[in-house]
Amino acid sequence: MTTMTAPEIAAAVAQERPRQPSALQVTLTMADRALRRVRHEPEQLADAIAVPLLFTLLFTYLFGGAVSGSTRGYLHYLLPGTLVMAVLLITVSAGLSLNTDRTAGALDRFRSMPIWPPAVIVGSLIGDVGRYVLASSLVLGLGFAMGYRAAGGAVGVLLAVALILVFAFSLAWVWTTLGLLLRSAQSITVLSFAVQFPLTFASNAFVSPATMPGWLRAFVAANPVSHLISAERSLMNGTPAAAQAGWVLLASAALIAVFGPITMLLYRRRG
Amino acid sequence: MTDTSFQPARAPRVMAGPLAFEASGLVKTFRATRAVDGIDLAVPPGGVFGLLGPNGAGKTTTIRIFATLTRPDAGTARVLGHDVTTDPHAVRGRISLTGQFGSIDACLTGLENIVLQARLLGLTRRAARARAAELLGAFGLSDVAGRAVKSYSGGMRRRLDIAASIVVPPALLFLDEPTTGLDPQSRSEVWETVRLLVTHGTTVLLTTQYLDEADQLSDEIAVMDHGKIIAQGTPGELKASAGAEVLHLRLASPGQRDQARRLLTRTLGVAVHPEDDPLALTARIGGSAGIAGDAGIGGSAGIGGSRASVTAQKAAHEAAHEAAAWALSELAWEGITVATFALGQPSLDEVFLALTGHPAEEGYPAGNGHPAGDGHPAGNASPAPDASPAPGTSRKEEAA
Repeated sequence: MTTMTAPEIAAAVAQERPRQPSALQVTLTMADRALRRVRHEPEQLADAIAVPLLFTLLFTYLFGGAVSGSTRGYLHYLLPGTLVMAVLLITVSAGLSLNTDRTAGALDRFRSMPIWPPAVIVGSLIGDVGRYVLASSLVLGLGFAMGYRAAGGAVGVLLAVALILVFAFSLAWVWTTLGLLLRSAQSITVLSFAVQFPLTFASNAFVSPATMPGWLRAFVAANPVSHLISAERSLMNGTPAAAQAGWVLLASAALIAVFGPITMLLYRRRG
Repeated sequence: MTDTSFQPARAPRVMAGPLAFEASGLVKTFRATRAVDGIDLAVPPGGVFGLLGPNGAGKTTTIRIFATLTRPDAGTARVLGHDVTTDPHAVRGRISLTGQFGSIDACLTGLENIVLQARLLGLTRRAARARAAELLGAFGLSDVAGRAVKSYSGGMRRRLDIAASIVVPPALLFLDEPTTGLDPQSRSEVWETVRLLVTHGTTVLLTTQYLDEADQLSDEIAVMDHGKIIAQGTPGELKASAGAEVLHLRLASPGQRDQARRLLTRTLGVAVHPEDDPLALTARIGGSAGIAGDAGIGGSAGIGGSRASVTAQKAAHEAAHEAAAWALSELAWEGITVATFALGQPSLDEVFLALTGHPAEEGYPAGNGHPAGDGHPAGNASPAPDASPAPGTSRKEEAA
């Protein structure tokens, strides 16, 4: 059923080479691609979002009374934690899609095209921000439905979400590095659980560290996820957050400064 | 980005200006394996150049070096005059790559894939859509344009892949095993596409492990084995270099095969081989000697001298035809009925066997010194961190 005809192919080949696209066009094109992928395969994202949603329900109604005296009081404590958890769990998708592109040969094609290499990665990560926004909205929506009220108001909540997005975008560079370094998507998933669950649980996400043993309290205090959650709580509660938020922004900058160049080096070297 | 002119018809093989691609002393080593081991090439624009060889021969690594994806350890490679290591950007502006594993996004639709490609190449949104519609139409994919690529057949994927490669027509198109895993119908569709592209001025560098594919498509073929080019020439030259014509016979009755074999051996004075088919016999006639066991024909000697000795070969062909006719009449005289017979140049399969001592489409026989048995150099994928990749997850050839 060859429907190709010589004139059609001829027309196909008689094409002028356009001007090289700007880095911005490449970035936006790659971001658009990342968003389209979510639209075509929402089930992938659903898996990652289901866990924090479930935790929000489960922890609030199961342990809430015991931990905080009331479910509503506990939800107030818990929601910033599950919000952070939801977004951080999704950051791994940056590494997974890069790894898929590499295995599928798509990276080979991008790398053999006359485009600015960082735009390929940055664009994909910007597209991933769409996933973070979606996950944040779902967790917050569930929280509000369950009776959560933010003393910081809409501005506080929006600032809190913005801060998570910044941190997630920065953390994603760790996963892009691993996505290029590790061979299979499976090993990335395994590693992500091995790293993310301890960091999430051994933090101030679910309970106050006050009753923890000293060594664990020390770990929780050093855990960057704790700092992020503290900043989230302060922003959403409308209490002073500058110090914690500043710390998070600094950590974000450090992540990009370290893992950005490593990712790009790996991308150039081996795709 | 100035070379927008395309030849209206097939570019002549010899022309002024830079070569389409060239290499000298090209070496790429992966751990202990020399995947590419001192390759020299100089190929003018126009037509299809085929890199033929078994898995692990170094074809993909060679193409990856030309496509700026892998840096050579030694030697130089240039594409249309631009060095792949010192000026990769200029090279990338002139080439297009269709990888062995398909380079498209299976999550997205066919249309989205082409539009993506077009946008990455700098087309405006409107131009990208128009171009995508045009290409999808030309490749018979309009009906499935809105469907996710993962629902496509292998042949449809390949055509989409090639369509994506010519969104902006490259001066040089790399096709890495374009028909591996395709059914015969899809394969001939891909071949048709490649021929049409070449007619309209694109130079194609094609790798394949299928001899008939190299034979069908290539104007010139380099045979690769163990990272080296062991022979180079037109398909006809390669076949002629084997120095013999092959007589294929099929008898009416299997009971007469032994008798026929003895008779032919005596008449023709060469070895006659029974085939798997109990009715069939093969004999190499003409040429100096049977080459089946003669692996020493490789290297430059086999092909390089062929052009000079065209007249000698013509005489040899005529002698072969006479010998064959004589043998057939001898069979008839003895009352052995021949159902069909054919006399022709050896197939590239036979040439490959003669050059390398092993068949092209099978793995390497154990213990011939090739690393790791299955012919996979370790690949340039990743070093240590992921501890033990399952063998099945590694890529098929030396790609990474």
